[in-house]
Amino acid sequence: MNAIKSLEDLKKIREQALEKRKLKETSGAAQVIVGMGTCGIAAGARETMKAILDYIEKNNIENVIVTQTGCIGLCEQEPIVQVAIGETEKITYGKVIGEVAEKIVAEHVVNGNVVKDFIIAA
Amino acid sequence: MAYFRSHVLVCNDPECLGKGSMEIMAALEAELKKQGLNNEVEVLDTPRIGSCENGPEILVYPEGHHYLHLQKNDIPYLVEEQFLKGRAVEELLAKPKTDAAQELREPTEKEVRVVLRNCGEINPENIEDYIAADGYAALAKVISETKPDQVIENIKNSGLRGRGGAGFPTWLKWSLTRKAEGSKKFVVCNADEGDPGAFMNRSVLEGDPHSVVEGMTIAAYAIGASQGYIYCRAEYPIAVRTVNIAIDQARELGLLGKHIFGTDFTFDLEVRQGAGAFVCGEETALIASIEGKRGEPRPRPPFPAAEGVFGYPTNINNVETYANVPQILLKGPEWFASMGTEKSKGTKTFALAGDVKNTGLIEVPFGITLREIIYDVGGGIKNDRPFKAVQTGGPMGGCLPENYLDLPVDYEKLTEAGSIMGSGGMVVMDDETCMVDIARFFMEFIQDESCGKCVPCRVGTRRMLEILTRICDGEGRDGDIELLESLSDEIREDSLCGLGKGAPNPVVITLNHFRHEYEVHIYNKECPAKVCRALINYEINPANCVGCTLCAKNCPVDAISGERKQTHVIDPDICIRCGICKQVCNFDAVVVK
Amino acid sequence: MTEKVKQGPEINVIRITDNAIDQFHAKREELIPILMEINQKIGYIPREAMKEISSRMRIPQSQLYSVASFYHMFFTKKTGSHVIKFCESAPCHVAGGREVWESIQEQLRIGPDETSPDEKWTLISTSCLGVCAVGPVMMVDDDIYGNLTPDQIPDILAKYE
Repeated sequence: MNAIKSLEDLKKIREQALEKRKLKETSGAAQVIVGMGTCGIAAGARETMKAILDYIEKNNIENVIVTQTGCIGLCEQEPIVQVAIGETEKITYGKVIGEVAEKIVAEHVVNGNVVKDFIIAA
Repeated sequence: MAYFRSHVLVCNDPECLGKGSMEIMAALEAELKKQGLNNEVEVLDTPRIGSCENGPEILVYPEGHHYLHLQKNDIPYLVEEQFLKGRAVEELLAKPKTDAAQELREPTEKEVRVVLRNCGEINPENIEDYIAADGYAALAKVISETKPDQVIENIKNSGLRGRGGAGFPTWLKWSLTRKAEGSKKFVVCNADEGDPGAFMNRSVLEGDPHSVVEGMTIAAYAIGASQGYIYCRAEYPIAVRTVNIAIDQARELGLLGKHIFGTDFTFDLEVRQGAGAFVCGEETALIASIEGKRGEPRPRPPFPAAEGVFGYPTNINNVETYANVPQILLKGPEWFASMGTEKSKGTKTFALAGDVKNTGLIEVPFGITLREIIYDVGGGIKNDRPFKAVQTGGPMGGCLPENYLDLPVDYEKLTEAGSIMGSGGMVVMDDETCMVDIARFFMEFIQDESCGKCVPCRVGTRRMLEILTRICDGEGRDGDIELLESLSDEIREDSLCGLGKGAPNPVVITLNHFRHEYEVHIYNKECPAKVCRALINYEINPANCVGCTLCAKNCPVDAISGERKQTHVIDPDICIRCGICKQVCNFDAVVVK
Repeated sequence: MTEKVKQGPEINVIRITDNAIDQFHAKREELIPILMEINQKIGYIPREAMKEISSRMRIPQSQLYSVASFYHMFFTKKTGSHVIKFCESAPCHVAGGREVWESIQEQLRIGPDETSPDEKWTLISTSCLGVCAVGPVMMVDDDIYGNLTPDQIPDILAKYE
């Protein structure tokens, strides 16, 4: 990206960023977002992230983007993983440890079934 | 596992239940079965979707359709349209269509996310995400359209007060620094969030660092500063890393450095780490630390606005204060001032910790009551135990008992009640907490963190800690309470800085509201909450004991004796009150007296 | 994050100190970052390091010692290969911290501010780490562990050589 020299430049970057996001959504790709704030890490988010990435690689799952985010405030429920597929609404899962992470990838990301036991709907 | 192509989440929150959500759920299941869809569509009940006043409500996935005000006779049509024909039923949809992620994230409508709006929503290591969320638009607007004095005027009209704890009017600090004489000026962010129980600043720095960078840059523009520091405690290594990445990315894009947005305005930022000293959250101690010295406070005046870092005029604000700035300037001061109370405008983040169900971060408008925070947003006390007290304001704040639950939270009201706002830490305590132990605990912390420069704090707090420890150890004496009170007065009056002046607060306020507990410790040698080890005894109730010997086997000091199948006995002289016997007993036979 | 240099006779304190000074430039206001770098690389700030800083930056050793001893995160005495920092602040205490703290001491057979005889562990209590909602909390070196219960301690400690 080039340096921003004016309001116009800023607007352009904003539009590009929004376009990119839209593309991600309409492509139907799944987004898996792992909370990696310190509270998440203290609760084991690094292992959760690893479990998700390992599972995706081992099973050659395509069309998934895994990113991270900061603390969303529900620290009690960490590790937290959010899943958004295409343009559908995001689902937030709490206490995602080890096998639960794999279950979420296998059932929600691949098959489209939410894993009800771990949803934080509150 | 069966493959369901759709899921229906039915809210079973008490409010929705009261409106008939169970009947709706039953009707859904019946209708789906009738249509032969029960193997394709799963119906689940869920706690709180978020719009219970419009309940009964359901959420259909994967489409994300949110239906409100449902009645039993809506169901057949809804099932036909939604699941057979794949169409939403417009008349029943929530309007405007709300983002389910937001509903899921906000536990109640009582939360308003201003400072935390991007936390959990963006990748903090990607500046594009921030820009997509209107990041740096405020800075662009300010630099191109607004004169520095007007910026300060806007902040004044918003009513923004310092969020670090003192609540000093932000516009005034900026104005004083702007008017001060100096060949250069500094802008400093106090990210030394040392209050135990407070982690709001950490979350903002880790989740939305650019909001702070942008806020500081705007402040620098308004004040005429060219250099800034973010002083972040070293206990937050991830926050330090994230902020450094953000600064690098901003620099790359020319949002920091020379000629920002092609103007003459130049400003750059650096992160400075603390090294583990609570007192460095005090602004003059913080400045000393930036200068490479012991973090010892100095008397004020002169205030940092006149003489700060290296002797130059310096504006110091908290992370949260800066994080509010871009939105105030983008959405307008009136928007910010429309929230909160008369003298405390806007929102405040709080970190809920302790014996509350939903621990974590919240952001609410001022004026909300403690009861709403603890029970509505916080979900109530863990294990539904009785509430005893809530500590606000960190180690220099106070514990407020039950009769303060309906206190609306703002700067003035909390001070009137004898506590302080502080940076926003809130520790909730249930009936198993001993208030004398808590006062001792905070005093231990203060004693540890006292810089040692002035006698009232260094020596006074030590004496207070000795007295409190004696009381908890069962050696309290007549006259101890009076001594604590007179020491408190002296320390408050004569200490050099805020840490010393605030040090006796936990003792003063617990004596105020829980005096009886102190007296019972001293005169009856008892601890009502069963916490102070020296004042409790572990005993075995013969009625419940079956002689399984589990406790005796697990006792680390062999204090329990008894034959198999005979009632066991604990020797109080050997017992160290560790509580292991109670933990392992399967028959509830161990009682604490 | 700065990697700790493996303990052993081959640690060149002077070289590490000189590198730290050069990295931050020998200015008074950079003293704390310099001390932090040395503390992280060696595990503490040895006397020789302070002598070297004093000589290069022309600051009296007494002043250096006064700064180094003021901040909790600086150690002026040798520490073990692994440093355990246990949060002893109120929210962690209220969430059951006392039992975990005792369990750690029992496991390692050392008390606060002590180093084990085999020089593997140093145990200290620290003030709030800012992750109170997942308390009780402790850090082992740079790793942070939350939601602690006494029975988790042996497994966590076993991860470290």
